[in-house]
Amino acid sequence: MVEVKQLHKSFGDLHVLRGIDLEVKKGEVVVIIGPSGSGKSTFLRCINHLEQPSSGEIHIGGVNLDDGSVDINLIRQSVGMVFQQFNLFPHLTVLQNICLAPVKVLNMPQADAEELARELLRKVGLADKESSYPHQLSGGQQQRVAIARALAMKPKLMLFDEPTSALDPEMIGEVLMVMRELALDGMTMLVVSHEMGFAREVADRIVLMDEGLIIEEGEPAEFFSNPKHERTKAFLSKIL
Amino acid sequence: MDLSVVARYFPFLVRGVGITIEFTFISFLLAIVLGLVIALGRISENRFIRIPCQIYIDFIRGTPLLAQIYLVHFGLPQIFGYKPVGFVDALIALTLNSSAYMAEIYRSGIESIEAGQMEAARSLGMTYGQAMRYVILPQTIRRVIPPMGNEFITLLKESSLVSVIGMEDLMMRAKMMAGRSFRPFEAYFTAALIYLAMTFTFSRLLGRVEGRLKASGRS
Ligand SMILES: Nc1ncnc2c1ncn2[C@@H]1O[C@H](COP(=O)(O)OP(=O)(O)OP(=O)(O)O)[C@@H](O)[C@H]1O
Ligand SMILES: [Mg+2]
Repeated sequence: MVEVKQLHKSFGDLHVLRGIDLEVKKGEVVVIIGPSGSGKSTFLRCINHLEQPSSGEIHIGGVNLDDGSVDINLIRQSVGMVFQQFNLFPHLTVLQNICLAPVKVLNMPQADAEELARELLRKVGLADKESSYPHQLSGGQQQRVAIARALAMKPKLMLFDEPTSALDPEMIGEVLMVMRELALDGMTMLVVSHEMGFAREVADRIVLMDEGLIIEEGEPAEFFSNPKHERTKAFLSKIL
Repeated sequence: MDLSVVARYFPFLVRGVGITIEFTFISFLLAIVLGLVIALGRISENRFIRIPCQIYIDFIRGTPLLAQIYLVHFGLPQIFGYKPVGFVDALIALTLNSSAYMAEIYRSGIESIEAGQMEAARSLGMTYGQAMRYVILPQTIRRVIPPMGNEFITLLKESSLVSVIGMEDLMMRAKMMAGRSFRPFEAYFTAALIYLAMTFTFSRLLGRVEGRLKASGRS
């Protein structure tokens, strides 16, 4: 599904990603953890080209993104992204937030888009909020709308960048619940998160990033109980 | 102050108000469109678009409107060899001038929207143009309306400069009244008061619009 080879990214003199190799299979859920500033967000953003990689290859569904002939907007349509700050469109209602891209990008008829949006809202437990504006919702509700909005494009891959870290503790559960169901439905997911309970339970694989490199990866049980690398041990001892 | 002179010439002055408002409105509406185009150029990643727009804005904002009016009315016809038409040149000069200020209003409005909005739109597969049109610009509207109102009032006052190329606006009529009546104080003071009445009216209207924007205030 996703194949990343020797990905490098620099911001001026700052070498943030220093040769990332990662493969994610269809239906797999990979959780990325690592210290602040290690390049986790930058990595996700490179995958859908919100940041232009400096070098290396990214293949999504077998398509090489850096092949000049690829329309990046087309790739982005099949990669959903959920942000820490939700980034809902404040001037649109919940329903309009979800319908906008399917209607304008996929040329889906408005009625079909609304039907799809309502179905997705039911799925994230917000069927009664379709006419609300984002500022009328709690953080957890906003994030669930953001997930529904991304799903409306029928993505093959979902990227989550710390989806719960801007939330009050009592709202984290409802968002993780939605993500868990998504994983059960077979969605391929790449999640940056420090919710270890979620990682342990839902992830197929945990990846530790530090200083722009993947230090260690493995299945959750093995990864947590028997980390091999010193830096993994140090990091886990801090967050567990 | 001889009020009988004012009374005698008042209808004559007021006939210039129509032209003043006409110039103001037409160039304001044109600048709303042209200013947006220039603002989008100014923030473009393509420097062959961005730099000319930047130069345009800097040139207009760094030079007097009077010089711009003379350039359009006398300068361009000399270079390109056509016969100048005062009315058209006055409109062009005012529009070009206001567009530069309008572009900066749009730009600061667009730049005040968090980067996350553009990123969210792009991550959904929208093109840059779609993201601007459906996500960014609708959010800037309520932020640009107040400064645009101020620009309108500035334009209303500055439009008095078109009198230098013979447009019979309020200012020109004040000049004529001063000449005919030998009462320059009465002429210019009355004209000034008429300008004040107009700017006062428009800024009150603007205040109301702003109040309504705040009341319905999302984002
Ligand atoms: N657009 C940018 N321009 C310059 N430097 C950047 C940019 N984006 C990120 N960086 C830098 O790259 C490094 C990695 O940032 P990144 O956001 O990817 O880290 P992260 O692992 O997501 O951290 P956190 O856990 O705090 O979110 C940081 O030093 C950051 O300052
Ligand atoms: Mg981050």
